[in-house]
Amino acid sequence: MALLTSASTNPPAAPNGNAEVFIELRGLHKRFGSQEILCGIDLKLYHGETLCIIGPSGEGKTVTMKHIIGLIRPDSGDVFVAGMHVNRLREREMAPIRQKVSMLFQGAALFDRMTVEENVAFPLWESGVRDRKEIKQRVLEALEAVDLAEHLDKYPTSLSGGMRKRTGIARAIICRSECILYDEPNSGLDPIGSDIIDQMVLRMQRRFGVTSIIVTHDMRSIFKIANRVAMLYRGKIHFLGTPDELRASPDPIVQNFINGRSDVTG
Amino acid sequence: MDSPSGMLALPGRTFLRFLVYLGQLTALMGELMIAVRSGVWRLRLVAEQIVAIGYGSQAVVIVTGAFTGAVFTFQSYAKFKDFGFETTVGAVVSVALCRELGPVLAGLMVAGRVGAAMAADIGTMKVTEQVDALRVMGVHPVDYLVLPRFLAMMISMPFLVAESISFGLIASYLVTSFGYDMPSAWYLTHMLDHTNMEDLSIGMIKGFVFGMLITLISCHQGLAAENGAVGVGLGTTRAVVISSLVLLIVNFFLSILLNYVFPIGSA
Repeated sequence: MALLTSASTNPPAAPNGNAEVFIELRGLHKRFGSQEILCGIDLKLYHGETLCIIGPSGEGKTVTMKHIIGLIRPDSGDVFVAGMHVNRLREREMAPIRQKVSMLFQGAALFDRMTVEENVAFPLWESGVRDRKEIKQRVLEALEAVDLAEHLDKYPTSLSGGMRKRTGIARAIICRSECILYDEPNSGLDPIGSDIIDQMVLRMQRRFGVTSIIVTHDMRSIFKIANRVAMLYRGKIHFLGTPDELRASPDPIVQNFINGRSDVTG
Repeated sequence: MDSPSGMLALPGRTFLRFLVYLGQLTALMGELMIAVRSGVWRLRLVAEQIVAIGYGSQAVVIVTGAFTGAVFTFQSYAKFKDFGFETTVGAVVSVALCRELGPVLAGLMVAGRVGAAMAADIGTMKVTEQVDALRVMGVHPVDYLVLPRFLAMMISMPFLVAESISFGLIASYLVTSFGYDMPSAWYLTHMLDHTNMEDLSIGMIKGFVFGMLITLISCHQGLAAENGAVGVGLGTTRAVVISSLVLLIVNFFLSILLNYVFPIGSA
């Protein structure tokens, strides 16, 4: 199994200042109606890095992620991915970015009319791979990585929430993108399922140098896989640092959040 | 009492919303043309849609056409008999079915059945992020969701209209032959003498245009759906209502235009 081989549980070292920037957000602002969601996000993500985004619900974590892949356009500010200015591209010009970056949606967003196998094969087929043998092999490989190889013929409606999410992850990793965005990959998973995902993120990084952004509320997962952690609070990046720095932060908002105390939104 | 500016605000806003809507439809049409020109037509999806739209709508269209032809014949025969024109019923029903009733009623039924399905299908995909998933995988939603439906509708609609007209005429013939004992030769002779290819062409052209309008309006409602199940329901209702109204309005202007091109009784 190519995607699931040995890996230690220690997170890789955070990239140094000389590492190549893969994603950059500059002064990102976004408003929905009267509600300002993002109030000036500045963030750099380096090649091969795993960044976890945390923060209270409704603070714009998913919105930030959707800006990176061009699903949402900012009111002001700039998004750069692999040197390309994302928010200046039209929808049909996004293909080069979407070959480099894939995404797991919060609800998995599987196609209802397709089986698990067809869902996972879809991005390969659409990217022009026509060799059915190769497609089958890569689908199996991706599904084995998420422990779903025995459910090829099932439809999404007959899968549990966790299985749907794992199918979504298989679909996100099958094209071996340079960067994968995960929107709450651990939610709805049991502790073992959650650990499988964490191990897979680590191995994707080690083996293929994949850059990852993970929106999560799972603190245990953060300390296992993140190189850096960004905490969004009131539309801004309130904290940015390594998991150790997060743990040691004297900031009461950070401490309340990571320890699950409700004062965080006060 | 409202100030004059306040009284103008509502119609003004409505007009602006209408302009925005027209702009969105035009933009969708533009994307559709780009998709057509790209040459990536996904023929398997087109075939699936032809089965869903064309094959699946036959029963609805046949029943509508047949009973419209039957009742139209039943009503007009009695009146025509008063003037001694009952033998011309075949001609009148045939021309009416070909030029107006066939395409309009088939169009309305397809708008209800297929338009609603398109809006609900695409709308559900939109609110469950499946449309975003397509985009993330580098697949333009118009290319994958709208173009196959558009092509399938353009192929299916003329056939559905032809079926509607045919079964309307068969039902009309049966009513006159068995209901009123009119010699079938009279019915057939008048019908064939007064119905020509131009009448049939009008029906087919209208079916083709209605198919495009229904697809465009319904897919737009699906792609614009928001707010979960409520939004999908709203979009589905709007798709049927707007498609039906637009179809009736466009039919009027299309009839005027096509009557210039193919005048009644020109053959």
